[in-house]
Amino acid sequence: MIGELGHFALALAFVLALAQTVLPLWGAARRDGRMMAAAGPLAHGHLLACAAAFGALLYVFAVNDTSVVNVVQNSHSAKPMLYKLAGAWGNHEGSMVLWVLILALCGGAVAGFGRDLPTALKARVLGVLGLVAAGFLLFILVTSNPFGRVWPPPADGQGLNPVLQDPGLAFHPPLLYLGYVGFAVTFAFAVAALLEGRVDAAWGRWVRPWALAAWSFLTLGIALGSWWAYYELGWGGYWFWDPVENASLLPWLAGTALLHSAVVVEKREALKVWTVLLALLAFGFSLLGTFLVRSGVLNSVHAFANDPERGVFILGLLVFYIGGAFALFAWRGPAMAPTGMFSPLSREGGLVLNNLLLCSAAAVVLVGTLWPMFADLLFDQKISVGPPFFNTAILPLTVPLVLAMAAGPLLSWKRARLWPVLERLWWAALGAATALLLCLFLAGWRVGPALGFGAAIWLILGALADLADRIALFRRPAAAWSRAGGLPRAAWGAALAHAGLGVTLLGIAGMGLATDHLSAMRPGQSVALGGYQWRLDKVEDAIGPNWSARRATVTVLRDGATVTVLHPERRFFPVGRSTTTEAAIHTGLSGDLYAVLGEEQDGAAVLRLHHNLLAPWIWLGALIMALGGAISLTDRRIRVAAPASKRAAALAAKA
Amino acid sequence: MSLTSRRALMLAPLGLAVAGGAGFYGMLRGIGTGSYDPRGVPSVLIGRTPPDFALPPLPDSGKSGFAAAELRDLPGPVLVNYWASWCVPCIIEHPQLMRLSREGVPIWGINYKDKPRDAGAFLARHGDPFARLAMDEPGRVAIDWGVYGVPETYFIDRQGIIRWRWAGPVTPEVLDGDIRPLLRRYA
Amino acid sequence: MRRLILALLLLAGPAFAVGSPSEMLPDPAQEQRARAIGRELRCMVCQNESIEESQAGLARDLRLIVRERVAAGDSDQAVVAYVHDRYGDFVLLRPPFRLATAALWGAPFLALGAGLLAILLLRRRGAPSEPVPLSPEERARLAALEKDPTA
Repeated sequence: MIGELGHFALALAFVLALAQTVLPLWGAARRDGRMMAAAGPLAHGHLLACAAAFGALLYVFAVNDTSVVNVVQNSHSAKPMLYKLAGAWGNHEGSMVLWVLILALCGGAVAGFGRDLPTALKARVLGVLGLVAAGFLLFILVTSNPFGRVWPPPADGQGLNPVLQDPGLAFHPPLLYLGYVGFAVTFAFAVAALLEGRVDAAWGRWVRPWALAAWSFLTLGIALGSWWAYYELGWGGYWFWDPVENASLLPWLAGTALLHSAVVVEKREALKVWTVLLALLAFGFSLLGTFLVRSGVLNSVHAFANDPERGVFILGLLVFYIGGAFALFAWRGPAMAPTGMFSPLSREGGLVLNNLLLCSAAAVVLVGTLWPMFADLLFDQKISVGPPFFNTAILPLTVPLVLAMAAGPLLSWKRARLWPVLERLWWAALGAATALLLCLFLAGWRVGPALGFGAAIWLILGALADLADRIALFRRPAAAWSRAGGLPRAAWGAALAHAGLGVTLLGIAGMGLATDHLSAMRPGQSVALGGYQWRLDKVEDAIGPNWSARRATVTVLRDGATVTVLHPERRFFPVGRSTTTEAAIHTGLSGDLYAVLGEEQDGAAVLRLHHNLLAPWIWLGALIMALGGAISLTDRRIRVAAPASKRAAALAAKA
Repeated sequence: MSLTSRRALMLAPLGLAVAGGAGFYGMLRGIGTGSYDPRGVPSVLIGRTPPDFALPPLPDSGKSGFAAAELRDLPGPVLVNYWASWCVPCIIEHPQLMRLSREGVPIWGINYKDKPRDAGAFLARHGDPFARLAMDEPGRVAIDWGVYGVPETYFIDRQGIIRWRWAGPVTPEVLDGDIRPLLRRYA
Repeated sequence: MRRLILALLLLAGPAFAVGSPSEMLPDPAQEQRARAIGRELRCMVCQNESIEESQAGLARDLRLIVRERVAAGDSDQAVVAYVHDRYGDFVLLRPPFRLATAALWGAPFLALGAGLLAILLLRRRGAPSEPVPLSPEERARLAALEKDPTA
């Protein structure tokens, strides 16, 4: 019954989304205020219907309703509740429902927070969002019903892959989708701008918070996925250049470029057409990822949806949205006259360089991801494009990007001089060179990690130099504190995000120097690794809610004192008959102590021990980047729109 | 820069997107018709003779093992089949192998990373289609052939040249769609 | 998203074994070299994993072969060529440079070059170094916006 209600809610959401498309867009074209005004309530209704559908999906998973095919295939009564619920979006159909729910949330947010948007722009944005939602709702209804029934119902479900039963993975898809789908809003703004034929500073100001929010969520989502792979896969890898990962990196790169170019639109009304294109691209890449993951054209995903019919449907949506938007762009774009001249050496020029390098990096990732498929299709050649390619091809783009990243924020608008900027950065450069040489000196001739440390210090000190310059720390130290309070939050956010990337690079460079040790050990034996003594104390049985395990106790000592006790496990899941290794990780500031338990034989257990230098900084850096985004979001310029009307209302009430 | 070249530049994203979309459509259609397979990997041995090897027979099978030299000069085409008793798809393809064997097509088996007793039990249970039966317990000859999973089947013509390789079970469709035409062509 | 690949890994074979100390070469320098070579070679039955990372049986065999060749004194190129001869281009995670991959390897330069070209073309169109002054209408709109962003 609940399942049928959920299915009905999806159908209702589809109808409401269609209405949300037609009425406001038509109204905006005819300047009909009543039709445009319908956009908000329709968006809210559409959100309610999607929420009802998602609630119904959660319900059938929570009660383990085995008459629903989806539950049978992806759940089991013996799973902890968190993973029963997470199982609702751990499969193709359910994740699509989450996708449309988040899209509806975005629409609701635009309708709710965008009270100060010009009526026509708001109507068009909501109309475009409705159009995107309608397509994907239709996709769910036609090809991927999450509430399909099976009769007679089996006694229990087949279980969720145990590797996926993990809190990190439970929240990975929602965060990632908030990022992907968040870019639907900037996409809608871009299409609305093309329909209106106008982009101005105000448009830049409206788009930026959405780009910031989507970017922050995407950053968190990618980081969470990477962290999960790091601790769950059990070999300490954190980024694999897998097509599916690349699919999430592409919108991130385009979104990062968008964030920066939207600043130029807002401040200087330049790069307008380019920013519109980036907004289209960021969401285009999100949709491309959806297509690659769900259509079966990638050889990475045949365990998910290998139904070419679904693939053709998504491809149709992709062509309709992206092709349509690009066609509109080609039609209306040329008419948007470029404005806002600037010298190549200026803040604008720096941001153009940033965009050029980020987009080139995105192009490399895109080509590298798609090349095997197209080489197969066009030349009938089977090739692999793996980490060695991406590491080699991305490096020449990363070096100038990082070099320019610290200098860019110090350039003045319109026309800058290089010398004063270099003067402010000399100590950052000195610090970076010291870090680079120190690494070469201490760790031997390891160029990669040394470059990484140099780049990391350069970015962190560069961000500090930027802040110090803005508050005139060295010129007028007495007033620095009060100036720091007056600094716009966007400046703090930007500096923080730049430093965050530096922190991530610090972790990546440290991981370049990680060491490991593989050996068969008997209880009582110990080995030395990374300046620690690792002693295996015992291996014993352990029991969990839906698994049994062998659990080792490894004591890690430094100079005879216990640093930590690790409990790596090998878990056996009777449902699905599979085994997982649970790495035991002790996280500290200097790095992770990481132990994995392998097979046991003749009283000896195979243990793989890793000393992952600075590893946690990789994800800490991502967290700092997202925090920077969040702080930028609270900037007065962005908030000003909403409170302004309240203030006006308050004044009116007083008068 | 003139307005027309500006127009041309702004058509570029659409052009790229349309080309990409057409490519993806080709792939999806190819998956349906079998002309595009994201997983299959071609063998480097096609058009070449098998690499040098000499393998012992599977013990207690009563069959003889074979070496590369014996595949050079044949009275007719031969199928070489890598299999193992622990391999589930091998059970799926077995009836097709039995059918070919009954029709007189010589199938030379190479038992991959298996225990002779298990292999013998497998053949006793499902039937024995093999004219000759060698054993590659360490799996090294398989690597020289570029085998990346069992079962794999190779078609070798009478000159000893490998004409075709199938990675995966020989289904009735593969039998009728690939093997029979090959047998006719190289008879 | 990686769950998809993982589901596959589970199908592909006995994943999540931890490796065996007996596989390793006694000489740490040689073992280091073997690892670096192994990271360039794709595990054929896995999805986008190198043979160093994978625990599939075939990957283990190939790891052993790489170590044998290294111990026998082969150069890095010779070891890679040994595996390439048997499994073809697909086994190389760093695709070889040839006609069909020229655009792939050229991607960073093509992208940068195309971007620079577009920027130059768009800039050359006429570069009044001074900004165009605001029109009276724009000025009025700006003033209105500064007073009240809702305008």
